Amino acid sequence: MSDDGAAVVAAVEAVAERIEAERDHLTQLDSAIGDADHGGNMARGWAEAADAARDLDDPDPETVAKTVGKTLMSEVGGASGPLFGGSLVFAAGELDGGITPETAVAFAETYLEKVEDRGDARVGDQTMVDALTPAVHTFKKSIEVDNLPPIEALAKAVDAAERGVAFTVPIRARKGRASYLGWRSVGHQDPGATSTLFILEELLAVAAERLGVDVPETDAASPTIPDEDPDDAGGSEDD
Amino acid sequence: MVGIVVVSHSERAAEGIAEIAAEMAGDTRIEPVGGDGKGGIGTVPDAIEAAIDAAAGGEEEESDADGGEEDEGDADGVVVLVDLGSAVMNADVAVELSDAEAVIADAPVLEGAVNAAVAATDPSATVESVREQAEAARDIEKL
Repeated sequence: MSDDGAAVVAAVEAVAERIEAERDHLTQLDSAIGDADHGGNMARGWAEAADAARDLDDPDPETVAKTVGKTLMSEVGGASGPLFGGSLVFAAGELDGGITPETAVAFAETYLEKVEDRGDARVGDQTMVDALTPAVHTFKKSIEVDNLPPIEALAKAVDAAERGVAFTVPIRARKGRASYLGWRSVGHQDPGATSTLFILEELLAVAAERLGVDVPETDAASPTIPDEDPDDAGGSEDD
Repeated sequence: MVGIVVVSHSERAAEGIAEIAAEMAGDTRIEPVGGDGKGGIGTVPDAIEAAIDAAAGGEEEESDADGGEEDEGDADGVVVLVDLGSAVMNADVAVELSDAEAVIADAPVLEGAVNAAVAATDPSATVESVREQAEAARDIEKL
């Protein structure tokens, strides 16, 4: 039990580190279609969340998840607080029996449900839902139908999320601040979908590390995600 | 008695709106809440939850998602008015976390709060009747 708790704390720390490393990248994505605060908000929120998780005394996974969710809710601000944090607070309850393939699927499904309900977004709206939905569906199918080991299921989920992020580029934003741009949102990669992918990638890396295995290769060819140069932040708009 | 919560991205805006609505509110509880908790613009679910609990007449206490002590206060529920975007989502989280019976009115925040305040003074008011009156503010024509 406490070993699972320690794993979740390690995952939160890895996410905080990754989001901090990607801060400028996320800010730059958000400056193209939003208010340019996603990188800073998420980096601050996850740093606080990692501190709060570290301060817990021998916690179980549910307690870590709930603590992290509550911290994100109060620290991230904007819509990302209730979406990333609020969903985590409510999904945390699914982990009260520790982390098993079944509780992990239930957790992922509840998290997705809360994000969809709260943000009222569906696949194709150019939001984090575009990365999250295929990831959760793929994870569930890999566990329940294909009977894959959880680490392979998670690797497939990350792969699905990556394709979901690429999918946000050519579509038009229907939710959030980007939707005010109308057709001008086309051609931009969604920041929330991108940070969702980073979170999933870190969960996978930490899970593999704790199992002492390499990150599984998935057979799906990963798309190349346009990686705009962060050094360009504040520069000219893409045409 | 039905309580009212006014949520704005600006704490001062929430206080000002509550002040206007209070003119019409008799002894209805109106709780303003807003700001990011650090002196900036934004909203925070925990603060909204505390305001809902206060408007419900309960103790302002940290409740957690798994309930713990049920404290529904002595009110007949709470109607929550919100301004924009993420305030709606944060209020939604707060409603879900709070043990009080609370609903969000899909209404303009100031006019909705005034309408809700008037509706809440009716001795037979319910959260539904107050929410309905708040939402009627969407049809107010000014010219």
